[in-house]
Amino acid sequence: MSSSIWNDATVSRRSVLQGIAAVAVVGFTGVRFGMSEALAAANDKYPEDAFKQKSEADAIKSLYGKTAEKSDKVKLDAPEIAENGAVVPIAVSSSLPDVTSIAILVTENPNTLAAAYRILPGTAPTVSSRLKMAKTSNVIALVEAGGKLYSATKEVKVTVGGCGG
Amino acid sequence: MASTIRVRATASGDSTEVQALIQHPMDSGFVKDAKGQLIPPHYIQQVVIEYDGKPVFIADWGPAVSKDPYLKFAFKGGKKGDDLKVSWTDNKGASDTLTAKIQ
Repeated sequence: MSSSIWNDATVSRRSVLQGIAAVAVVGFTGVRFGMSEALAAANDKYPEDAFKQKSEADAIKSLYGKTAEKSDKVKLDAPEIAENGAVVPIAVSSSLPDVTSIAILVTENPNTLAAAYRILPGTAPTVSSRLKMAKTSNVIALVEAGGKLYSATKEVKVTVGGCGG
Repeated sequence: MASTIRVRATASGDSTEVQALIQHPMDSGFVKDAKGQLIPPHYIQQVVIEYDGKPVFIADWGPAVSKDPYLKFAFKGGKKGDDLKVSWTDNKGASDTLTAKIQ
């Protein structure tokens, strides 16, 4: 299953599960977002394909369809050393105006994209959560603001991996 | 009625800070159990937080989010006593919803 992402409306198990609204949209319009945009405005689809990508470039492309430029206005707060890769606290914030989304990538994980957050109007461009890291890796924070994509990168050293059990 | 969701939303000034903790295994699909069998992926894919009938924050998660995920963010608006609705859906179609009062 290739094709696009946020707007990929293939009738998969996911979309069936995604709730009546999504099912209705997918079912009636066949595919494509287009005319269903108003209906689905508050019901943005889970970017399934982006989460399957192995490389950071593919994940960014799949999620945003553009490339990111480095910016010191993206603040990535992550530990230098994570003793436990299963729980690595990561916070991203930005001083850029009009932030619409924040995504976090862990380049050495089996699938690079870890989390993507949609920042709706009125919501502060800052988010904290905890991620798993397989091993020492670069963590990339992406911030989409005013239609452009910005990034910051930090290496986090992991002493015990979070994916080996 | 034990919920899988715990939320603390605190209004201060003109914004509300939300902290949510969800109980979920967040199995990545890469880990083996004691018998050497792969534990199939089981993770939350989407968390939606709604205030006043409108989503203020949507999280799309992959299996790399830690077990029993934690989330913190803030949005403009929200008063003490208002409702805040938090819901999640996982890759197996399970879901849960909780409506909490802003403190």
